[in-house]
Amino acid sequence: MKRKLLWFLMGAFALIMLLPIWIAVTGAFSSQWELTENLRPVLGNGQGLAKWTLLPQSPTLKSLVQVLLDSPEFFTMFWNSVTITAGILLGQFAVAVPAAWGLAKLHLPGKLGNLYMVLMLLPFQVLMYPEYLVLKSLGLLNTLWAVILPGVFSAYPVFLLTRFFGAIPEEILEAARLDGAGEWQIFRYIALPLGLPGLLSVGILSFLDAWNLIEQPMTFLKNRALWPLSLFLPETTLTDAGLGFAAALLMLIPALLLFGLCQDALEQGLALPGGK
Amino acid sequence: MLFWSRRLEERGKNVKQKNMVRWLFLLPNLMGIGVFALFPMAEVLVGAFRSAIGGSWVGVRNFRTVLSNRAFRLAAFNTGRFMLVCIPLLLCLSLLLALGLKRVWGGRQLRSACLLPMAVPAASVVLAWKLLFHENGLLNGVLEGLGAGGVNWMGTSASFWVLVISYLWKNLGYTVVLWTAALGTVSPSVYEAAQMDGADSFRSFWYITLPNLKTSAYSIAVLSLLNSFKVFREAWLVAGDYPQEQMYLVQHLYNNWFRELDYDKIAAASVLVSCVVLVLIALLRRAWDKEDQG
Repeated sequence: MKRKLLWFLMGAFALIMLLPIWIAVTGAFSSQWELTENLRPVLGNGQGLAKWTLLPQSPTLKSLVQVLLDSPEFFTMFWNSVTITAGILLGQFAVAVPAAWGLAKLHLPGKLGNLYMVLMLLPFQVLMYPEYLVLKSLGLLNTLWAVILPGVFSAYPVFLLTRFFGAIPEEILEAARLDGAGEWQIFRYIALPLGLPGLLSVGILSFLDAWNLIEQPMTFLKNRALWPLSLFLPETTLTDAGLGFAAALLMLIPALLLFGLCQDALEQGLALPGGK
Repeated sequence: MLFWSRRLEERGKNVKQKNMVRWLFLLPNLMGIGVFALFPMAEVLVGAFRSAIGGSWVGVRNFRTVLSNRAFRLAAFNTGRFMLVCIPLLLCLSLLLALGLKRVWGGRQLRSACLLPMAVPAASVVLAWKLLFHENGLLNGVLEGLGAGGVNWMGTSASFWVLVISYLWKNLGYTVVLWTAALGTVSPSVYEAAQMDGADSFRSFWYITLPNLKTSAYSIAVLSLLNSFKVFREAWLVAGDYPQEQMYLVQHLYNNWFRELDYDKIAAASVLVSCVVLVLIALLRRAWDKEDQG
């Protein structure tokens, strides 16, 4: 009995957690007419209370088709989001992964590891102005590089990967060294394959972070043609609510897919800094 | 003799080469960190003691201006209050959930449902938040249905709770995962032994689970502190650049100063905020270390 009650409570709680996502998803399949009716008290200046039905009354793909086929602005912003995310991920793969390997296994001074930990702990509010100064002197403000480069040199992936790599047993490396493998070969043929689960975890976390950037583009990109999707969505008004919901869903889909496919890797990555 | 010394020489050369190679792994990243973080941070630290125009040395004047600035006080107060309310709330609630989910059937699926929000881009649910929290929105609809009066969520001090709820929504599942991982490190045989000795579930929680969670609790608290700065996203998305007073956070203030080119104030405020963050983390660590010794 007690167990059933607990189950019921937990289930109800999980449903409440899913509610905002459900609203976002169903909104994208509702007709503009229905959205106007439902949302007028919130987005317009209608009287009474906003309504929402569990499922759209007249489900339609019209908004989604409209966003995909005839909104060039959407494509520009979606593409900006993709460029920023891909740039950050590729850059991190090129510089953060070797750095983490160096810190984990190549006996570099331990103080360097501490440096990365402290940097990881600093919020954007602290790093914003320093980053702005550099970007300005390099002439990168108002280019996508202004968002990509600071993301690439974030300390967080290095810190996480160092922990993942640290778990690879030293004996394997010793054996490879005795067989005459160079440091680069060890990295390429031992560290990367054995560290793959860790790379996946960190990659997912970095993806979610980059896909969701708001403060950085807001501060470093004045030109609206360079904005990622995340900055555009809050400007949705009543008349384009359908488009807003559809664009929000298209932004949500890659994140949800990744979550569905790699939840275990994601949880491993999340749990890592919490461990002892 | 000759043979030995030659081998030693070769080994020495090898070690030296290895040394160089080792550094090559780290160097690109370290240079980037230097260019994008360390060097400009030093510049900001120095800039905080200079005037924005002309750059003459002004001592602590910028700090004094910032600390007596009404907007800064408001933003710092709001941010601080938000952290004081949210972090303990998040830690307790997620620990309860982690314990509960361990015990029920389908706990893993329910945990996934709670974790999902962390993958959801804040901008994707902005319309849902507006719909829920507007004065004419769904939450007030439910409240009125229950016979309670509606609340003007975005326009009064209740807006603080919009921040709290969206922060909890986003971070709860993530923290549950952290606690679950920490709970998994306690070996089940300890609980069995305690049960044999007649300990009830409350006692075994209090005397076995809690002490074992202490180390993890430190890291979870630090991570929650870091993520609490990100709540600006939700605040900005639902309320824009000039939100209700209780929602006005440090990041809003930065943005305003940025627009007005008050760089000396930003520099001083950055230094202040980083000091506060580092001191907080050091204090947390110290409190934990002390308890471990005692």
